[in-house]
Amino acid sequence: MELINQHTKEIMEGCKERARAAGLSFTDESLEYIVTNRDLIELSPKVMIPTLYDYWVHDVEVLRGKGEYELYPHNPYETVINTRPPISFYNDNNPDWLNVMIFYHVLGHIDFFQNNLYFRHTWEYDFTGQALSDKRVIAKLRAEKGRWVDYILEFARSIDNLVAYHDELSPLFKSPDTATSSRLDYYFDVFLQVEKKLPVAEYLKEVARYNEAVLQDKEEGERVFFAEVTTKYPEMEAHFAKSRNVKRVERRDLLRFLIENSEFLARDENRWMRSVLEVVRKTSIFFQPQIRTKIMNEGWASYWHEKLFLVDDRIKGHEVDFARVHAGVTSMPRVGMNPYALGMRLMYQLKDMGDKGRTGYDFHRLSDANQRKEFDAKTEQGDDFLFKVRSNYCDYLFIKEFVDQDFTNRYDLFVTGKRLDPQRMVWQYYVKSRDAREYRDMVLASLYHPPHIEIAPERGEDGSLYLVHHFEGKQLVSEYIANTMVGIEYLWGAPVQLETSEAVIEQTRGTAGKEGGEEADITWQRVVYTMKEKTLSRQVL
Amino acid sequence: MKDLGKYLEELKEKGLDPERYARYLDELAVTRDVPTSDRRGPFPNFSKSLYSWQDLAVLQDQERVPNPYQCHMKALDELLERDRQREKDGFPRKIKVGRLIKPGKGGKGKIVVVPSTEEEKFLHDPTIRPPGEGGSTGGSGKGDEGEVIGEQKVRETGEEPGQGPGQGEGESHEMGASAYELGKVLTEQFQLPNLKEKGKKRSFTRYIYDLTDRNRGSGQVLDKKATLRKIVETNISLGNVPDPGDMDPTRFLISPRDKVYRIFSQEKDYEPQAMVFFLRDYSGSMAGKVTELVATQHVMIYSWLLYQYAGQVESRFILHDTEAKEVPDFDTYYNSRVAGGTEVASAYKLVNEIVAKENLAADYNIYVFHGTDGDDWDTGGDKSIPELVKILSYVSRMGVTIAEHAGTQWTEVARYLENSGLLRDKPDLLRLDVMHEDAEESRVIEGIKKLIS
Repeated sequence: MELINQHTKEIMEGCKERARAAGLSFTDESLEYIVTNRDLIELSPKVMIPTLYDYWVHDVEVLRGKGEYELYPHNPYETVINTRPPISFYNDNNPDWLNVMIFYHVLGHIDFFQNNLYFRHTWEYDFTGQALSDKRVIAKLRAEKGRWVDYILEFARSIDNLVAYHDELSPLFKSPDTATSSRLDYYFDVFLQVEKKLPVAEYLKEVARYNEAVLQDKEEGERVFFAEVTTKYPEMEAHFAKSRNVKRVERRDLLRFLIENSEFLARDENRWMRSVLEVVRKTSIFFQPQIRTKIMNEGWASYWHEKLFLVDDRIKGHEVDFARVHAGVTSMPRVGMNPYALGMRLMYQLKDMGDKGRTGYDFHRLSDANQRKEFDAKTEQGDDFLFKVRSNYCDYLFIKEFVDQDFTNRYDLFVTGKRLDPQRMVWQYYVKSRDAREYRDMVLASLYHPPHIEIAPERGEDGSLYLVHHFEGKQLVSEYIANTMVGIEYLWGAPVQLETSEAVIEQTRGTAGKEGGEEADITWQRVVYTMKEKTLSRQVL
Repeated sequence: MKDLGKYLEELKEKGLDPERYARYLDELAVTRDVPTSDRRGPFPNFSKSLYSWQDLAVLQDQERVPNPYQCHMKALDELLERDRQREKDGFPRKIKVGRLIKPGKGGKGKIVVVPSTEEEKFLHDPTIRPPGEGGSTGGSGKGDEGEVIGEQKVRETGEEPGQGPGQGEGESHEMGASAYELGKVLTEQFQLPNLKEKGKKRSFTRYIYDLTDRNRGSGQVLDKKATLRKIVETNISLGNVPDPGDMDPTRFLISPRDKVYRIFSQEKDYEPQAMVFFLRDYSGSMAGKVTELVATQHVMIYSWLLYQYAGQVESRFILHDTEAKEVPDFDTYYNSRVAGGTEVASAYKLVNEIVAKENLAADYNIYVFHGTDGDDWDTGGDKSIPELVKILSYVSRMGVTIAEHAGTQWTEVARYLENSGLLRDKPDLLRLDVMHEDAEESRVIEGIKKLIS
C-alpha cells in the first residue's frame, strides 16, 4: 500500500474545504492509499482493516449463505474505514475528475462515521491501533497454544453476532439529570414488573403516584413515596437489599456471558481463552453500526458527492463523464434494491420536506392529497433537518419513518414478487404491490437483523446452558445450528440447549391434482436442540 | 437422427401412458438450445442483497479479486492437514474441497480446486417460504399491480454463470493437470477407497531401474557365469582348448571384451490400467441443475481415477439422447448442451460396441459411469437391460447416478434397474446412486463413495 501522490492529495484537501463549507464536519487528517489487487486480497477478508488479527479462514474462500442470498451480510470492500484518522482506498488509475467524485463520497462517509450517534462508541479511539495490539495478543497466544487459539477464535466468531450492541451504546447517552436512584429503578423495573407482575393499569397508577409525590416535595418526595410502598409491600426493602447483592447476569450478550460466567473459561489453564473472546467481541461491536446504517450511509455519501461535484469549479468539462458514472451508481434498478439509489432519493425527499416545512404537525394532519401536494410553508429548514436525520437515525428508523406513499409515488417504486406458475413451470416476476406500507415492510425485512437469542440461566439443568430464540417470523439456518452449538458447548464446558421455532410446510394437494390446486402453508413449531458431548439431538416441544 | 416426433407416436401406440407421453412431448419441445445468458433470469439483481453493493465496485469498478489460493497445492495440503487434525481434536471437519469453477476469461474453461468453508452462526434463514413463492424485492418504473414484468424457466434457475456446463472450448491439458490434483485431494480428504490391484497390464510410460542389461568390457557388476562362458567361447575359437572334456582354466587367454557386466537399465513396469467410460444423458429434460450435478460428479470421478491410476486412465466420453455418440474429450462432454429425447439403451449399446471392436476387455479394467435424470423413453428397460447385462460381463464397476428433478420420485431408470434384480445379484459390479437435483457437493462426494467403494 502506497499513499496517494501530492497532486492527488491536494485535490483531496480542496474537496475537504468545499465539503466543510457545505456543512459537513470531520477531523482534519485523513489517509488515502493506493491499493493493488494483491492488497485487496489481503484486506478484503479482514474487512479492510489492515491490522486485523490473522485467522486461517481468511485464507480460503468463504461461502456465504445458500442460494444467492447473502445470509451473512457484511461489507468487505468498503472504500473508507472508520478509524482515526480515517483511511480510504483507491485504484491507481483513477482520473482526477473521478477522484474528485470519490473524495466527496468518501468525505460523506467520514462525516457520517463521525457524527451519526450509532457510531458514538467508536469516536474515542483508533480501531486500527486497537486491532494491532489485539493481533499481537493473538499471535503471542498462538505461539504458546498453537491451533487451539484458532479453535477458540472460530467458536467465538460463530457467536459474534450475538453481542448486545445497543446495551453498549445506551450508557453513553445517559444524561446526568434524569438519573434516578437504584431503589426506584428496582421498584419499577424489577419488583413491580417481574416479581409482582402488576397489570399495566395499576403499574401506571404507581407511576402517577410517584410523580405526584415528587411534584409536591422535590427533596423528600421519593422518601414519602417509598414510605407508602413499604406499608403496601413490606417485603420490598428486603428484596431490594438482596438484589443489590446479586450480580447482574448478562442475558443478551452471549460472548460476554461466557466470558463472565463460564466455569470452563475460569479455570487457570483456560483463562487465556477469555482474551480471545474479548478480542472477537470488541471487533464485532465496532462493526455493528456500519451494517445498521448501510442505506443511510450510502445515501448520504451519494447525496453529497452529487451536490458537491456539480458545484466544483475544478472539474469543468467532465460533466458528461460524471453523469455516466453517477447514474451507474445511483439509478434505481427496474428490479432489485440499490442502497445508494434508495438512500439518496430519501435524502432528497427529506431535504424537500424540510424546505417546505413538511416535517411538522401542520403537514401531517392534512389528509387531502391535493393539499399535501401543494403544501409549502417555505421554512427552508431542509439542510438542518437533513443533518439532524444524519446524526440520529439508523436504517431501521430511517426507512420506517420516511418511506411513505408520497415517496414511493414520486419515484414509481413497487414491490416485485416472484411466484411459480406451476402450469408452465416458469417463475414470474410481477408487480406485487405499490402500497408504500408493503414497500416499507419489504425493505425492513431485508435489513440486517441478528436473531434475538436470550440466555436463560435459570432454565439450564445440571449446569447446562439454556438459550431461547425469540421467534420473529424467520427460522434459523438449520445447517448451521449443530456446528455453532459445538463451539458454545466447548466454551461453556457443559451441554447447551437452544429453544427455537421451525417451519413445518404442509403440502395439501388439491383434488384437481396438476391444475395448480396445490396449496402450502407454513406452520411453526417450537423445538429444543440439545448439544451434549458434541452430538446434537432435537426434540419437539 | 431419426424423427423423434414419429418415434414418440410409435411409443404411444405401443401403450405409453398419457402422463409420460405428455412429459416426453415437453422434453422434445425444449430441444432447442437454451441461451446461456438468461440463465439467471431476466433480473439478476432480484436476489442481490442490499449489503452486497459496495463502494469499490460501484465507484471504482474494482470487482472482487479472485481468491489466489485455489491452485497452490502446498497451501491446500496444509489446510487439509489442519482439517485432519481438527477431526483428531474432536471437532467436525470444516474445509470443503472440489468446488469447480470455470473462470470465463476468453471463453476458456478451466477447472480449479478451491478450498472453501463456511462460518456457521445462528442466522435467520430468508429462504423458508411456502413453495411457489420466490420472495420479493424492490422495483421501480411502470407497471400495474399484478402485472407480470418478466419470466424465467424453472429448470434453469440456480445456475451460476461460470459454474457447471456451459459453452466454450477448454484446454484439456490444463484440465488434466488440475484434475489430478483434485483427485489427490478427494482421495486424501474424503478417504475415497483405494483401488485393488487387479491384473497388471502393459504400460508404456513407466519404468523401473534394475541390473538387467549386459554389457561387455565395462559396467557395474561382473556377471561371472556369463564371463566364463565368453572366455570358453573365445578360447575354443582360438583353438586354445585341445580337449573339451578336460579344460585347464589356467591356460585360458582372456580378452577384455570377454568380461560381461550387468548394468543398470530401464525396465518397463506393469501398472494397473483403466478404461473409464463416462456416459451422460444430454436430452432435453437434463437442462439445468441436473446436468451440473452429473457433470460435477463425473469430473470428480474422473479426477479420482486419474490420481488412483497415477495418470494411467484412459477415458471415453459418450453423450446420449435417443442416440449415442462418442465425443473426443472431457470438455466437449462437459460442455455440450442439451438436445432431444432419452434412450439409455443407445449409450449402453455403444459402450458394448466399442469394447468389442477394440477388444478392450482383455487389457483393461473397465469402469462405466452413467449420469441421467432417470427419464427413459424405453419403458421397463426392455432394450437397456440386455445391453446392461452384457456390460456387466466384463466391467470392473458400473455406477449409475440418477439426479432426480424436484417433484419426481422413483424414476423410470431406477425402477427398471431395481426390477431387473441386477442390483441385488451383482452388488460388486453395479451400483446405483439416486440423489435430488438440489444435492450439495458433500452429497455428490457421498455418491461417489457409494458408486466406487
